[in-house]
Amino acid sequence: MVKALPRTLIIACGALAKEILHLKKMLGSAGGSIDLQCLPANYHNRPDKIIPGLEKIIASKGSSYERILIGYGDCGTGGQLDTFIKNNKNLLRLPGAHCYAFYAGLNEFDALMEEELGSFFLTDYLVQFFDTLIIKGFGIDRYPDLKDMYFANYKRVVYLAQSENEDLQARAQAAADTLGLDYEYRFTGYGELAFTIETFSISENANV
Amino acid sequence: MSDDQDEEIILKDLDDDELVEQMQDDLYDGMTAEVSEGTQILLDRGWDANAVLTDALVEGMRIVGIDFRDGILFVPEVLQCANAMKGGMSLLRPILAESENSSSLGTYVIGTVKGDIHDIGKNLVGMMLEGAGFEVIDLGINNPVENYLEAIDKHKPAILGMSALLTTTMPYMGVVIEEFDKRGILKELPVMVGGAPLNQEFADAINAHTYGRDAAMTAELAKVIVGKNR
Repeated sequence: MVKALPRTLIIACGALAKEILHLKKMLGSAGGSIDLQCLPANYHNRPDKIIPGLEKIIASKGSSYERILIGYGDCGTGGQLDTFIKNNKNLLRLPGAHCYAFYAGLNEFDALMEEELGSFFLTDYLVQFFDTLIIKGFGIDRYPDLKDMYFANYKRVVYLAQSENEDLQARAQAAADTLGLDYEYRFTGYGELAFTIETFSISENANV
Repeated sequence: MSDDQDEEIILKDLDDDELVEQMQDDLYDGMTAEVSEGTQILLDRGWDANAVLTDALVEGMRIVGIDFRDGILFVPEVLQCANAMKGGMSLLRPILAESENSSSLGTYVIGTVKGDIHDIGKNLVGMMLEGAGFEVIDLGINNPVENYLEAIDKHKPAILGMSALLTTTMPYMGVVIEEFDKRGILKELPVMVGGAPLNQEFADAINAHTYGRDAAMTAELAKVIVGKNR
């Protein structure tokens, strides 16, 4: 008799929802034990909201699951997310400081930073919602002068692409032009996000 | 702070108290031209540059700091306020520099740590420190420990401040502090740390003297530090 996989909840940044749902589908029956719950993607700009958001979901739904994967990197929490995970049973988070890191691969991301410290990263999601999250989120639509203040020390936009999509590539190039930065394209696919979710989903061990 | 009245306010028609209050409102609303105009009017009326700085600009920015902390204002608005303050300070700086009875609280060396290119918060802190009466030496971004050591040697600061925006770069503050400790500098030099992902717990863990939660608070704490040291 095949042992049932532990019931698993992934609580993720909304910016990863599409990719995680795609991975869950690709996992077939192993993906069936996984439920996804997302927090708003604009917490990217307000990392102080991430842990309270997680706490709320875990308090209301956590007891129904044997393990929970936090679909965030550190994401600007300054290590507080790791402390939160350490203080709660059966939690694990995605590797790296940001989604850019686990999409690119941790070593590759470090190499990109080493190559040019002034790299501003975009993902499929960030390209798609560039106006909402960057232009409006940073207040550049209201105060255009802030663009130079925010990006004065940046040299290039690096688009770490999850899909091969010419429309998104054109929009990423346009985003770089808007910011007055050089543009570079790297196809990463789902990177370490795929590996982590696959490993997590097929593991029978609830003590992650 | 702003209201919906369409009536234009003529700054030079206001008395001193009204003008200072109006300048604080204009600073809050990020109105650079108006803050500069108000600064010039007060100077023309014979106000001491230090008093203009303290009563109108720094006090205005202090209110901004409180509303930022309370979630009423957000980063873009605070940066507009900072730009408005900069406008006023550009008029005051040359006068303050020439002033014989300069009330400098000492030198404050500040810089963003190695691996980090973010400087908006640091620049804001630098401006508030300047407003508080410190001579600010800004080392800019991406500073290895050697830059801090060189600046300490050259400028003999009363306080040194480090800034980081990234979780990946903030541990470097600990590296710098450890090096200061090895060299016996830490006993003499208070080190302040700040930046969006930091907190008091982290500052304590790396043995920083003081954690500055925001720009206004950092300036206040820096004043307390030099007061204690004197």
